Amino acid sequence: MAEDDADIRCAGGRAPDPLVPGGWLEMREYGEEPVDFVIVGTGAGGAPLAARLAEAGFSVVAMDAGPFWRPLEDFASDESHQSKLFWTDDRIVDGDDPIVLGSNNSGKSVGGSTVHFAMVSLRFRPDHFRSRSLLGYGADWPIDWREMWDYYREVERVLHISGPVSYPWGPKRPRYPLRAHPLNAAADYLARGAEALGIDWAETPIATLSAPIGKAHPCVYRGFCVTGCSTNAKQSALVTWIPRALRAGAEVRDRAMVGRIETGPNGLATGVHYHRGGQWRFQRARAVIVAGYAIETPRLLLASATADQPDGLANSSGLVGRNLMIQLNQAAWGQVDDEVRSYKGPPSLAVSEHWNYRDEGKDYHGGWSYMSQGPLPVTWAKTLAGGRGLWGRELLDEMERANHSVGLKMVGEALPNAANRVTLADETDQYGLRIPRVTHSYSDNERAMMRHATRFMEDSLKATGARETWREMGDTCHLGGTARMGFDRTTSVVDADCRSWDVPNLWICDGSVFPTVGGVNPSLTIQAIACRTADRIVAMSRQGAL
Amino acid sequence: MADRYAHYDVLDKRDTPSWNDKTRQVIDARMSLREADAGIGEARLATLRRLVSRIAPQPERHAPANTVALLAHKIVKDEGEGFRPATLPRLRECWLRGLDAIEAEAQARHGRAFAGLDAERADALLRGIEAGETQASDWIALPARDFWNWRVIPDIVSMHWSHPSLWSAMGFGGPASPRGYVRLDVNRRDPWEAEEHGDG
Repeated sequence: MAEDDADIRCAGGRAPDPLVPGGWLEMREYGEEPVDFVIVGTGAGGAPLAARLAEAGFSVVAMDAGPFWRPLEDFASDESHQSKLFWTDDRIVDGDDPIVLGSNNSGKSVGGSTVHFAMVSLRFRPDHFRSRSLLGYGADWPIDWREMWDYYREVERVLHISGPVSYPWGPKRPRYPLRAHPLNAAADYLARGAEALGIDWAETPIATLSAPIGKAHPCVYRGFCVTGCSTNAKQSALVTWIPRALRAGAEVRDRAMVGRIETGPNGLATGVHYHRGGQWRFQRARAVIVAGYAIETPRLLLASATADQPDGLANSSGLVGRNLMIQLNQAAWGQVDDEVRSYKGPPSLAVSEHWNYRDEGKDYHGGWSYMSQGPLPVTWAKTLAGGRGLWGRELLDEMERANHSVGLKMVGEALPNAANRVTLADETDQYGLRIPRVTHSYSDNERAMMRHATRFMEDSLKATGARETWREMGDTCHLGGTARMGFDRTTSVVDADCRSWDVPNLWICDGSVFPTVGGVNPSLTIQAIACRTADRIVAMSRQGAL
Repeated sequence: MADRYAHYDVLDKRDTPSWNDKTRQVIDARMSLREADAGIGEARLATLRRLVSRIAPQPERHAPANTVALLAHKIVKDEGEGFRPATLPRLRECWLRGLDAIEAEAQARHGRAFAGLDAERADALLRGIEAGETQASDWIALPARDFWNWRVIPDIVSMHWSHPSLWSAMGFGGPASPRGYVRLDVNRRDPWEAEEHGDG
């Protein structure tokens, strides 16, 4: 009965029930007749749209290049094995500071990278939606923060976010749906450091259950969160939006790699060419929603160029693939007498957003947050080897002190820069598709933010008695940009509703529409935008404006 | 350094609620991989063995890890993470050329095989690759520093610390599903976690 990881599972009128070993959910199937929406990608952008649009009565086919997992039986407690959750198709990275891809910025599963995300669920600072007007850098979003605030609330409820009773920063927000998790030792170090430096900290609002919900148990603090949750406490898109989408009549196609969006003589999208079960197929659709994240989304648009749109679909602005933003993920680490054993519990149980909300005392633009850390052995060994140049005996000895290591890591706002971009390389992949080339270099602004943040985090560690502190300067996380939303067709790819300016039945809804990335993890914001887009589509449909 | 966890073995938990079936299957398969079955060739295998022994030594009081076998299989199966810098070819080709280049470097510097170099000479050669200071012409088409930073270090380190012996040596809890942990506070541990013994 054990299925192979490589099997297509969504077929024959059923899809896996991700919450039950060997379980199935009924699934409606549409064949390749035209559907209202075909959605490319089922992560934080695509999955909420599949659920919300199906619930509104639209016919929906949602495709993902990756497999449909049942975590209870498919997931091992093992970093190496679980790299099966990452996007491992060929990609070229270049620029002055080529970025490491895979673990913290990609996903190839139904549910996308939310299947292995760290679950940190923060709202943008309101001012960060208008950073150009209010703070003098970056770009304004065409969406008002108060509207986003309502959608944040919706997503927090769907994901049963556990969080603090009161949140120290920003406008007053309602109670989180579930109580906060207890702090582990690593989080306690963040809290004590923040208090010593006189700034606020909070229990991290986090998308893992602190109470039983439905078929899922509360978090058991196993600590393998970023390699996939094998107990389903993690509120990934796979266990939340996807079952909801299936129940509402959406069809999910696993292991379906979309290679090209087809357009008709009138320039409108007519469907997608996709590779599944060893052959290329065509799904007709009245509208196409691209939700492949900041690399695969522009790759697909660029690969869908036509004689009329020779620079790529929806790219009259020339901005498809441009303004790729990473988030800074630098850290400070140290050694303490206490046994910390940071492998226990979700890795980031405490957070400070102090430097997202405070603008004084900075020699750079943008904000950042920082969180406690819990690296697993392979990640920690790579951190020490890459960040400190340790190998051989030195590395082995340092690894054996891991239970006394403690660290803090930032999520920092990189600024949009048109030179950082995704293009198509000449080399092709296993589907015969041109692979993406990801070009990235830091600017002086990012370097200044890194300096400030790593110094501050190191001071926090020292204030708690940590010794032998050091700064990890190399890491990045999360992606954004490459199909930005905006106010007009010359300076953006989509409008506030995530609708293409050029192709009215083409929508883009994932982290690639971010004009700026802020200093918080993006998953909550992506899901909030997806819910807003669903509402806008329903409203426009009622008005006959689709 | 005194081994703080000499009496702890993650594998003792294999048949407890800390390991689910999938984890047992994955770890059993990993530990059963053998160098000879990878098919990487005897000469390159000898170079790889010496390289791994210098980068990732075995823990003193735990069973040796089959790191060379894990990496040899990864190389032959071309199991990369997908992304790579523009200067490097895909994983398998990169490693095969890199191992040949390390061997050529040993011949250029010392007129003998890398596998036969003593620890001091082997490490000096590796520090040269790390710094991009090399003599063999193989490195012209395979930038030594990129090979080191994007392949040698992450690949060897990832394979080594994927082995339960290394988890035991560092006092890591190891696989934890469905049973996780109860005691999360500073200086607290569950009965199924490693007990630390002082270095004194």
